[in-house]
Amino acid sequence: MPLLENGQIKDDNWQIAIEGESLPSGDVLVPLARLAEGLGRNGDGRLGVLLNAGDQVEDLRVALPRLSCVQVTFPIFRDGRGFTQARALREHLHFKGEIRAGGHILPDQYEFLLRCGVNSVVVPEGVDASVWQKAHEAFTVAYQPAVLNEQPEGFAFRRKLL
Amino acid sequence: MSHAPHSPLPVGHYAYDEVDRTFLKQRVAQFRDQVERRISGALTEEEFKPLRLMNGLYLQLHAYMLRVAIPYGILNSGQMRALAQIAQRYDRDYGHFTTRQNIQFNWIRLEDTPDILALLADADMHAIQTSGNCIRNVTADQFAGAAADEVLDPRVHAEILRQWSTLHPEFTFLPRKFKIAISGSPQDRVAARFHDIGLMARNGENGRPVFEVYVGGGLGRTPIVGVKLRDDLPEEDLIAYLEAILRVYNEFGRRDNIYKARIKILVQALGVDEFRDRVNAEFVAMDRARYRLDERIVAAIRARFGVPDFDPAGQAAEKLAQQRKADRAFDFWVRTNTHAHKQPGYVSVTISCKPAGGIPGDVTSSQMNLLADLADQLSFGELRITHLQNVVLGHVRQDKLYGLWQTLEQNGLGTANVGFITDIVACPGLDYCALANARSIPIAQKLSERFASPDLQREIGPLRLNISGCINACGHHHAGHIGILGVDKRGEEAFQITLGGAADQDTVSIGQIIGAAMSEDETVDAIARIIDTYLARRTAGEQFIETCRRLGTAPFKDAAYATA
Repeated sequence: MPLLENGQIKDDNWQIAIEGESLPSGDVLVPLARLAEGLGRNGDGRLGVLLNAGDQVEDLRVALPRLSCVQVTFPIFRDGRGFTQARALREHLHFKGEIRAGGHILPDQYEFLLRCGVNSVVVPEGVDASVWQKAHEAFTVAYQPAVLNEQPEGFAFRRKLL
Repeated sequence: MSHAPHSPLPVGHYAYDEVDRTFLKQRVAQFRDQVERRISGALTEEEFKPLRLMNGLYLQLHAYMLRVAIPYGILNSGQMRALAQIAQRYDRDYGHFTTRQNIQFNWIRLEDTPDILALLADADMHAIQTSGNCIRNVTADQFAGAAADEVLDPRVHAEILRQWSTLHPEFTFLPRKFKIAISGSPQDRVAARFHDIGLMARNGENGRPVFEVYVGGGLGRTPIVGVKLRDDLPEEDLIAYLEAILRVYNEFGRRDNIYKARIKILVQALGVDEFRDRVNAEFVAMDRARYRLDERIVAAIRARFGVPDFDPAGQAAEKLAQQRKADRAFDFWVRTNTHAHKQPGYVSVTISCKPAGGIPGDVTSSQMNLLADLADQLSFGELRITHLQNVVLGHVRQDKLYGLWQTLEQNGLGTANVGFITDIVACPGLDYCALANARSIPIAQKLSERFASPDLQREIGPLRLNISGCINACGHHHAGHIGILGVDKRGEEAFQITLGGAADQDTVSIGQIIGAAMSEDETVDAIARIIDTYLARRTAGEQFIETCRRLGTAPFKDAAYATA
């Protein structure tokens, strides 16, 4: 499926490990359970981990320097655990690579994802990027600090968005 | 008029600036777009539901209901007039004050809601996070900034929490709703231990506030008294520590069953020690500097709160004393409906929204406009909604009370029953709510009629009576000295009685069901017999709840089920 990043739709070059098959060459996302296998892979592709909503990000701590991408998953848009996972990856584990969000996500959640440290969203084919961009531009102020360390807006915890 | 009704800053609550107003306009535009996407079909009802809920819009039995936020219960007169306008223009000319110090409009059309939100935004109001699985309106003591027994005004911190929780990127899709209450008085008037987080503020040794932190309390299907996590959380760590609690909850709270999804269930499942360990681990690991509540932040928020410019007490107390002596009915009203103020010559007044036979918490648009006028004339333009569904004028000079009472009397707002048996808290029940098993309003009205006699109510003394139309317990029946719970008994509406609940700081307890459900009329009669039993068996000066604790429920149960 395509990827939305910085308001643009682009092709997703990452492959997702298929259960029961050996890992392909090239950039691959593996589930947490296959992390060791991914780390042991010979080849020139990049490695990423596909987290499920119930996974602990702490389990990535040791491997994280060797990961280029972590995908958090929303089984349904109401299940907000992915926000905490993304924020923890940035704040606790100081992860500098790509964090993408996949699963059932609404454009109305896009800004929250970005502010939790997500870079890109896996979106359905044919999606209208302008709806997501509009959601991103809906607000010019936020009321709490976030991992993006936005500039203060006036006083208190207010932050300038955009 | 002894003081100007329009000070530059609103008294008792945070003054919006242009940044805040721009934000609200953007929020309205966002919701307008969401409504359009719903109507066009771009959003499914399932997808639209949490979005509308986060703007306070519920679908009830007969219509949409809009719940408007009243942060920490404080309104200015202009905001009250905006609510009156909504009642008149978009609803059936009334609104309903809720147990979370908010107001609900029960007959709203979906297509009107963007315009209503725009009207609210013009008055610096909104409906953000009055529903949904997010951090809800933060409630505070209705006598904040006025009460003689207060150590510090909790509203500045309530506002800081309101801002911090507004569209919080991480905590807007929690397992379940999340309610925070804050009190600045050792007399807990916010039911702190019946909240997801309850905060009791006091002054610390360095002169800066510290907070007792309770977590995991709540009513609903599983009533649980909150447990203390911290005794002395420093002010600068308030946001960081709450972040830590919410992070643990968001990660580990159950999502497979909505009846097991509140934080209280997580705290019980992990045990308080394990829960505290996880919160502390998060707290230690986090970037504390990012979340530090600097003294300057508190000062900046405080600077946007207007404070009353009190007049000297003069002869106010003497004049009031004379008027009380001269008019017995007035004297009774003063006894029940006023609360001691820290400023000499002033009192806080609770205006009862529970007239005999009335619907608890319902107020008409003309009453709202009257309340706004009275606030301008007598209380620095400030109004407060209480979690017991009444309205408070926080700062009234004692020599103005008599005139105030007379005006209230003439407008159906002079009932002298605050804290008495007819000061009933009731949920909307089956008249409105799709979840309810029984109607709460008619039984509330019958009880209110039954005990309408002022003499009888005074004889009975302080008594909390709460009514919920189903086990979700929005009427907080477990916390009532007498609680009534609506159930479905083979397709008929029926009611169970609970006794012995209390939400006071030192004596928090959960009411216990005394027996099988009865019909509406049988329940009213049973409660009358329970009251007779109390009157017959109490010792001198003993309140209902004390007699109940001393004797246990057995004699009351016998009385309730005794048939003639």
